[in-house]
Amino acid sequence: MTNSSASREADVNPAGLAVDLRGVVKTYDNGVAALGPIDLEVRRGEFVSLLGPSGCGKSTALRLIAGLNAPTSGTVHVARPAVKMNGNHPIGFVFQEPTLMPWTTVRENVRLPLKLAQVPFSAARARADAALAQVGLSEFADSYPRELSGGMKMRVSLARALVTDPDILLMDEPFAALDEITRFRLNNDLLALWRNLRKTVIFVTHSVFESVYLSQRVLVMTSRPGRIAAEIGIETTEPRGEEFRTSADYAGYCRKVSEALAPAYSGRSA
Amino acid sequence: MSRPDGSQPPATPASSSNHALRVVRIALPILVLTAGIVLWELVVRTYDIQPYVLPAPSVILETLVRDWDVLSRSLLTTLLTTFEGFVAAAIGGVALALLFNLSKWLEYSLFPYAVVLQVTPVIAIAPLLLIYLSQPTAVVVCAWIVAFFPVLSNTTLGLNSVDRNLAGLFQLYGASKLQTLCFLKLPAALPYILGGLRIAGGLSLIGAVVAEIAAGSAGAGSGLAYRIAESGYRLNIPRMFAALLLLSAAGIVIYGLLALTSYLVLRRWHESALGKEN
Repeated sequence: MTNSSASREADVNPAGLAVDLRGVVKTYDNGVAALGPIDLEVRRGEFVSLLGPSGCGKSTALRLIAGLNAPTSGTVHVARPAVKMNGNHPIGFVFQEPTLMPWTTVRENVRLPLKLAQVPFSAARARADAALAQVGLSEFADSYPRELSGGMKMRVSLARALVTDPDILLMDEPFAALDEITRFRLNNDLLALWRNLRKTVIFVTHSVFESVYLSQRVLVMTSRPGRIAAEIGIETTEPRGEEFRTSADYAGYCRKVSEALAPAYSGRSA
Repeated sequence: MSRPDGSQPPATPASSSNHALRVVRIALPILVLTAGIVLWELVVRTYDIQPYVLPAPSVILETLVRDWDVLSRSLLTTLLTTFEGFVAAAIGGVALALLFNLSKWLEYSLFPYAVVLQVTPVIAIAPLLLIYLSQPTAVVVCAWIVAFFPVLSNTTLGLNSVDRNLAGLFQLYGASKLQTLCFLKLPAALPYILGGLRIAGGLSLIGAVVAEIAAGSAGAGSGLAYRIAESGYRLNIPRMFAALLLLSAAGIVIYGLLALTSYLVLRRWHESALGKEN
């Protein structure tokens, strides 16, 4: 716990790693072993999925990387820019729910991270508007969250994560509660953003299809305690689009990932 | 990311059945009130009941107009007391809840006594307060004692109902305690605080009236409750009713104002202030 908090401040990792977890274990106060030990290396600009059944510690891993919780043992390295400026924050986090403040407008929700970093109002407002434009919601800046559909709320959440221009985007089953059509569309939009902005994305999901479609690397996790059981690289022609979703390649990868995932569910009754 | 997802912001279909329902909801209580008053007037006239037994509504109204000078001054006094008690309760309740939220130790040490104050009938405390405090102060303190608890408990509930993920987000972006309080906890607690204030408004009126009644003959008070007590001694029953009518009206207006405030503050975002069709 002590060494990890110190090393979180570590500067740019020489190996070009954005995130580096070594022997990380998380045990909750009530004695439940939630995670690990796991080792996880994520290169800069990589898109990695953590795939596994509910309760396998995927979200715990994400919270440890975000620094929201401290590991019980092991080290968590997160690459941070040498100088912190303009309210930029190295990590953006998208939760499973949109997690918006219902009492204020979409724009104010997106401006929040900058407001907390005390970025001057007009600059922060301009950046919030730019982030909203990135997710195609410019015209809804003055709406309240309740006036938006589930998919739009998720976009606002994404815009808020992007507004600090983070190097690393952590996404915790962000599209799990959406209908399939909306999810497919958001998948494509996320891929486009990732290609354009060159962020490192760690994406937690329990959907085999989503993980294969999005990521360069799928890490399959088992539960209690969460461990990484298999690692499957997804190689295909970039940029990916809808044609990849219907290709034989895609089906093959999905089968492979499903097979790797099966042991995680063994002994469980559906 | 070219287009937002399909669905439109919800439309508001002002259906005619909804409208009719609203008319009925307003008309029915008025109808009942009118019927009750007419029946009351008829009974008093038919059986020739004397005003010192049961005054007819018309006599009460007459008294209200004739004694308006005295009664309106009393009303003002009571309203002022209520207002002072209410403001003290609002500030005290919210401030105490914030302190409790900052320090568990403080909450554990003091919360039981807040409960004790709340569960002890104020009518029993009032005479004691009147011994130790000047009458105007005692009346305000009484109003405060009755009214502050709903504000305290509701605000506490609100401060504890903050979305865990939003709290995590504030933590992630390194928000200070003050930022978390101003930008997260207070806005999240606002609907609860307003709910507490709505209860506190009516209760501070009750507290003021109780203290005035307790002061009764001993006090030099001139509030509405004092008028009721005084009129009772003089068997001026119509004036008792007139004062009672004013107290009721004051209570309704206080509640209405607070409900309106709550609606205006929350209408853009909170479920409680939204129409059913949304």
